[in-house]
Amino acid sequence: MGETTAPEKIRIGLTVNDVRHDLLVEPRTLLADLLRGDLELTGTHIGCEQGVCGACTVLVDGTATRSCLVFAAQLDGAAVRTVESLAGADGTLHPIQQAFHENHGLQCGFCTPGMLMGACELLERTAEPDPDEVREALGGNLCRCTGYQNIVRSVCAAGRTMTADRNSTATTTATTTATTTNGAQA
Amino acid sequence: MSTVEDRPTTDTTGSPRENGGRRWVGRSVLRKEDPKLLAGRAVYVGDVALPGMLHGAVLRSPHAHARIVSIDTSAAEAIPGVAAVLTGAQAAELVNPMPAFCAEPVPQTAIAIERVRYPGEAVAIVAATDRYVAEDACAAIKVEYEVLPAVVDPEAAMAPDATRIHETLDSNVAFHRTLDFGDVDADVARAHTVVRTRARWHRMGAQPMETAGAVASWNPFDQSMTVYSNSNFHNFLPWAFAGMLGVSTNRLRMIPCAVGGSFGSKHFITKVLAIAGALTKATGRPVQYLEDRVDNISANDNVGCDRIYDAELALTEDGEMISLTLRIIDDYGAYFQFAHGQHGNAMAQPTGPYRIGSLRYDVSCVLTNKVQQGFFRGAGADPGNFVLERLVDKASEELGIDRAEIRRRNFIAPEQFPFKTPPGNVYDSGDYAAVLDRALEIAGIDKWRAEQERLRAEGRYLGIGLATCQERTGYNASEWWFLYDNPPLPATSTPESVKLDVDAMGGVRVEIGCPLWGNSPETVVSQVVAEEFGIDPADVSVTYADSTTGAMSAGPGGSRLTIMLSGATRGASRTIRDKMIRIAAHAMEMDPDDVECVDGTFRAKGAPSTSMSMAEIGMRAHLFFHDTPEEESSGLVAVHTYDHPYSTPPSADRKDMGAFYPMVSHACHIPIVEVDPETGVVTLRAYYAVNDCGTLMNPTLVEGQIVGGIVQGIGAALMEEYRYGEDGSLDTPTFREYLMPSMHEVPEIVVEHLETPSPFTEYGVKGAGEGGRLVAPTAIASAVDDALKPLGVWVDELPMTPERVVGMVAGAREGRP
Ligand code: FES
Ligand code: FES
Repeated sequence: MGETTAPEKIRIGLTVNDVRHDLLVEPRTLLADLLRGDLELTGTHIGCEQGVCGACTVLVDGTATRSCLVFAAQLDGAAVRTVESLAGADGTLHPIQQAFHENHGLQCGFCTPGMLMGACELLERTAEPDPDEVREALGGNLCRCTGYQNIVRSVCAAGRTMTADRNSTATTTATTTATTTNGAQA
Repeated sequence: MSTVEDRPTTDTTGSPRENGGRRWVGRSVLRKEDPKLLAGRAVYVGDVALPGMLHGAVLRSPHAHARIVSIDTSAAEAIPGVAAVLTGAQAAELVNPMPAFCAEPVPQTAIAIERVRYPGEAVAIVAATDRYVAEDACAAIKVEYEVLPAVVDPEAAMAPDATRIHETLDSNVAFHRTLDFGDVDADVARAHTVVRTRARWHRMGAQPMETAGAVASWNPFDQSMTVYSNSNFHNFLPWAFAGMLGVSTNRLRMIPCAVGGSFGSKHFITKVLAIAGALTKATGRPVQYLEDRVDNISANDNVGCDRIYDAELALTEDGEMISLTLRIIDDYGAYFQFAHGQHGNAMAQPTGPYRIGSLRYDVSCVLTNKVQQGFFRGAGADPGNFVLERLVDKASEELGIDRAEIRRRNFIAPEQFPFKTPPGNVYDSGDYAAVLDRALEIAGIDKWRAEQERLRAEGRYLGIGLATCQERTGYNASEWWFLYDNPPLPATSTPESVKLDVDAMGGVRVEIGCPLWGNSPETVVSQVVAEEFGIDPADVSVTYADSTTGAMSAGPGGSRLTIMLSGATRGASRTIRDKMIRIAAHAMEMDPDDVECVDGTFRAKGAPSTSMSMAEIGMRAHLFFHDTPEEESSGLVAVHTYDHPYSTPPSADRKDMGAFYPMVSHACHIPIVEVDPETGVVTLRAYYAVNDCGTLMNPTLVEGQIVGGIVQGIGAALMEEYRYGEDGSLDTPTFREYLMPSMHEVPEIVVEHLETPSPFTEYGVKGAGEGGRLVAPTAIASAVDDALKPLGVWVDELPMTPERVVGMVAGAREGRP
């Protein structure tokens, strides 16, 4: 915005949801604000701005990260993944989203993007987590609506379907050659 | 002809007693709201971006009570990017004081003028090109304060010589009233035992994950304003908001956004609306003001009840409860915008599920230097349930009657419904003993008693809680003012409307007046339409009406919307379905009585192959007037307004408050806790709940409400509290200090349902939005009591933080009461 005389800006290159951006950012701009403002990716939500609630969780180079606690300027060269990357352009939900839908894992939806991205990281690490492992991994994300148990169920269910999908894909790709996937790495 | 305003009469063909054949009402249909929320594509108010939009920020008082001596905004104004800086006095030239429901003279402006009365009260506001710059500007504003004595303790605030919060009042007791229902003195005189408790329920807050916000855009050329917000009342009180914003009612357009949780806290959000409104008027540009978490906790209308109870329950020798006396001091904070509404609300069910014959209700609403009370899930009935159930447990102890048995002896019996309670509210239906029995069964009480014994031998303390409580649902806003003798307003019916239309291709659209606030209005409406037309709920399109459409909606509150949306949608569906039957009958040259709507097809009774599709009738109704019955106008559109299904006004002498909250759900909760008396830590081991909210519209969604409410109740029982220092400073302004349950504090909760349909509503539905939080706190208190019984502990204060539990144990050891 032209009316502001900003402090000296910093040039960064950032890949967000597979799209490369060359950006000039103020040193104090938080990743959450960069995503929501300049990049218009408003699916990432801000609940507390101090690292307590987890609503702002995104993946930075595959690691679940609170985007309200990171300056964009720290992220030159990083790859960021947000909730917008999960569903297909045709409206197909990602298996984790589908599991939240089928298990009533959300009500107001405000904490949900953070939960989904946290779940992406967990399922990358642990293909079929049990409820305790889900509570351990997502215990730092607050939800004021659901009482959590349907979120836990959703993540466990997603682990199961994604494993089953992988197994059946593995059989298929034995004959065809694997291609790249869009969306979070399953 | 296609607009009806009639109140529907309940059609018994839909009542579950006679119709087990419903296809969509009662099914766990997947939520229609989910995909956009899951994809990050729902538009919350923080996602709204308009061309040229500025961002607001607020400078707040660090003091609980102070006179503003001077404000210097010059340095802030000089910062590049700052478009406006307004003090309270300057804002008052642009917007009016906030609308208030109290009869007492307690004016409140969104930005303080001359004096601040609570920590975090707004002192100045800024609009700038981005939020960072706006906050820089706030930091550059210089305010000189003369600090005044802070009134923190509500009992001290009542003293005649206490520092007065408002010069316009004679004392800090803004409202006091004693109401007697039945002959309390005679009942107490004949009692065998009177049990007493002095209970403390501290203030807690709704704390939705999304804060409150608004984007206001003033058009100075036609004097109109457009406001995007997460207020739940955009179709209930837009006229009041217009008055505050200084816009004529027919030039204010309020557009609802997806709401990231409310739990009562986002009904009004008048402060946020006024701040955004003043800034857009000052700059002529759209302004977004979205609270940050500190703004929300310290200044939003987030805060629930803050009560000290002196309570007595009188009983006969065999445990019959005969009279209840409640003396309440309620710390309302610095303003009284919503009057004593939470006590009007408490009139709905003060005597719980029991046949208590008389009631004395004595309430003092006291002002102190804290943020004012707003509303939080439970809205006044939450501490009421806590205190009543504590008294019942105490009576069970003192009379030596098992706590399940004493409840059973006093329950209103199924054949006594509809039941008129002492204050006048009517309960529609229920089977409380069945709920209790089922809860004891699913909890496996004997197994837990054995476990308790085993652990006690090891020096560990397991406790089994029990509470049987009411959840009044389907609220009527008269409760906000009917404790006044001369109410400033007459009784209301708190109506809800929908607009339903069938297009030329047979597609069904419904426009609703409430926002998407975290529950499932689209799903509920679709299920009802599907039920009435026999179509798939996935094929129904539901949209949200802004405030210019004439929609009426009191929004979510008092667990009303499933009841009200069912009524409004069913009424509109029937109007259109009947019209389509007449058009089809005309086309098929039949009598309308011989045509029926089955599976979205209009067909001859007994000859289903003679039929017309929704599209065929739709096209005819929209385009071919001459082929429709003469008396029918073109089109298929109906607005149906559903007024509160059963309310009666209070009597002039207030001996009978009337029926105002008559759809009454019921639940029994059995939590299992383990308490460490050394550290004071309470751990939930298991949780069982049996709930009866009438006909279940959608079992999965009801369960979601109950579990979510129980978890908020776990917060209320164990950790949630606004804490203040002696100087009135707020010690819990962020989520680091204001603690809420995470996944770690919450057990797997087992929920079961019984269904006693309401005779007053469509399909027999009752509400279920608050029940979890209305029961859990007192159930958990009872569990902690049970655990620490060997140590002589009696819980009469929530939340049971580790410090408090350790204190209670120490107190019991020293023989303190
Ligand atoms: S907004 Fe980042 S953790 Fe709450
Ligand atoms: S769904 Fe509302 S905060 Fe989690």
